[in-house]
Amino acid sequence: MTTSSYRISRSSPASRVAAVMGLIILIVLIAAPWWAGRADMRLLSEIFLYLSLACLWNLLAGYAGLVSVGQQAFVGFGGYMLFALAMFAGISPVAAIPLAGLLGALIAVPVAVLIFRLRGAYFAIGTWVIAEVFRLSFAQVSALGGGSGTSLPVAIVRSLASSRSMREATTYWLALAMAAVVLAVIYLLLRSRKGLALTAIRDSEVASSSFGIDIWRHKFVVYVIAAGLTASTGALIFLQKLRISPDAAFSVNDWTAFVIFIVVIGGIGTLEGPIIGVIVFFLLRETLADLGTVYLLILGLVAIVVMLKAPKGIWGFIAVRYGIELFPISRRVIDGNSKK
Amino acid sequence: MDWINAIIQGILLGGLYALFAAGLSLIFGVMRLVNIAHGDFIVLAAFLALSITTGVGMNPLASLVLVVPVMAGIGYVLQRGILNQTLGDDILPPLLVTFGLSVIIQNGLLEIYSADPQKMNAGALETASVALPGDLNIGVLPLLMFAVSVAVIAGLQWVFYRSALGRAFRAVSDKQDIAQLMGLNKAHVFGLAMALSLAVVGIAGVFLGIRTSFDPSIGPGRLIFGFEAVIIGGLGNLWGTLIGGIILGVSQNIGAQINPGWQLLAGHIAFLIVLAVKPRGLFPRID
Repeated sequence: MTTSSYRISRSSPASRVAAVMGLIILIVLIAAPWWAGRADMRLLSEIFLYLSLACLWNLLAGYAGLVSVGQQAFVGFGGYMLFALAMFAGISPVAAIPLAGLLGALIAVPVAVLIFRLRGAYFAIGTWVIAEVFRLSFAQVSALGGGSGTSLPVAIVRSLASSRSMREATTYWLALAMAAVVLAVIYLLLRSRKGLALTAIRDSEVASSSFGIDIWRHKFVVYVIAAGLTASTGALIFLQKLRISPDAAFSVNDWTAFVIFIVVIGGIGTLEGPIIGVIVFFLLRETLADLGTVYLLILGLVAIVVMLKAPKGIWGFIAVRYGIELFPISRRVIDGNSKK
Repeated sequence: MDWINAIIQGILLGGLYALFAAGLSLIFGVMRLVNIAHGDFIVLAAFLALSITTGVGMNPLASLVLVVPVMAGIGYVLQRGILNQTLGDDILPPLLVTFGLSVIIQNGLLEIYSADPQKMNAGALETASVALPGDLNIGVLPLLMFAVSVAVIAGLQWVFYRSALGRAFRAVSDKQDIAQLMGLNKAHVFGLAMALSLAVVGIAGVFLGIRTSFDPSIGPGRLIFGFEAVIIGGLGNLWGTLIGGIILGVSQNIGAQINPGWQLLAGHIAFLIVLAVKPRGLFPRID
């Protein structure tokens, strides 16, 4: 027996099947404007946008240990930047989406420098303060409608596409692309050298620091990337809503509580978790939303029970039980001899 | 004169913020737990007092005799029933569980009391004032509340550093396992800490309900004020927390004096400046 008969592999039969399935699902979803109704497409876009918010929050909390309850700061900031760029700089809304992301990443730099001084749970509330500062500041900008908000002018909406159905298809594809880009960025990030460092930090800060990993820098980079992509997602969310106001843009319930719920239910610290979580969340919402506040009560209760009884969420339960991984991130040793 | 008035009112308001903060600071000191639902418990206490005053026809200040023990009881049961299970090396479970609690309390209150703003009336005391030289008038009620806040902080300080209970708190805070070996039941000690925290929340809630109108959605805002007072004053220092609350109250009132829209923003900015210049707060505990 030689050592060369062992090799390190990342992919597994499950992940190869998942890749093919994922590709098929993606193609079916791209074709949605030809098979889905108007309401279905709206719902699907909303699912995609929540999926990308959830994946980004999961990257922060599940991999970088940065538990933020203030991601609505970047959702709202992105939304407002889209409106500002389109209304005052005459930039087309589609081009404004990546630009809003870029601005979101830029503003995240001073924000991170400031709030990274807070540790753990205090960091969480610190991010909330930042979101409040953003909300109160945008409420002071009278050019953007102040406290009551503003609508995207009709001419700008028309510039997106001439007909209504074409506009709807465009925003749908943009939402799908957003979710795909976010998933791809996180997947590639986690497979890279940085991802290895992040996993090490997640498992033990002390040990990874003794191996020479700069913890502050890694967390900083993740925070800025997540902020940029969250701002882009926010820009797209408000491009779909066509109307923005400080309370809607910086809502902690809509952009953070629901997102946390999705990640916790699905399974924190896994790439698959947010996907499962977003499906469960929307199934619950479509069946229970008529109950109003009772629905939110149930959500809170479910989140607490899951956190106490199954802290790894639905996907964590499946992964431990069956040992499968749809996104090949972890490495495993394959014994070449046993295959004979 | 308006400015001096704004500053004095800010100081008095700061006492209330210190009350918001004291309970938060206490449980963080004892078990490194940050209760995201803290602000919602303040609002819960205010609604509890409202139900008692309208139901029994009591003065809201008198309702304290009922609200404080009920809140303390809720705190003890909550800690032993749920929160103790979440404590450990990972900060996520306590954060997310209290976040879920926050959602539950807010929507539960919304279901029972609706979203209408409420306010409690403390009777003749509300309009009584003391005249100061130079055309200044200070309400008796805010003054009374400030005095109670200072007394509560002093009381907590005494409990923490002079009583057997405080010794248990500090022992568990320093080293849980050793404290357990010395015969302290840490689950019980944590329960008592949360009970004390929510007892203070009870007082804060009643005062809040008399001072301003309140509705189920304002909890997170109160949590943020309390949190800012803790960080400005310096972690683990109760008197620092009182000063932090005062700084926050004064900044808000000065901001409001310049432009009504800047009231809350000015408070947050004061907090961010302290965080930028002295990240450990103005009066950090010397370890």
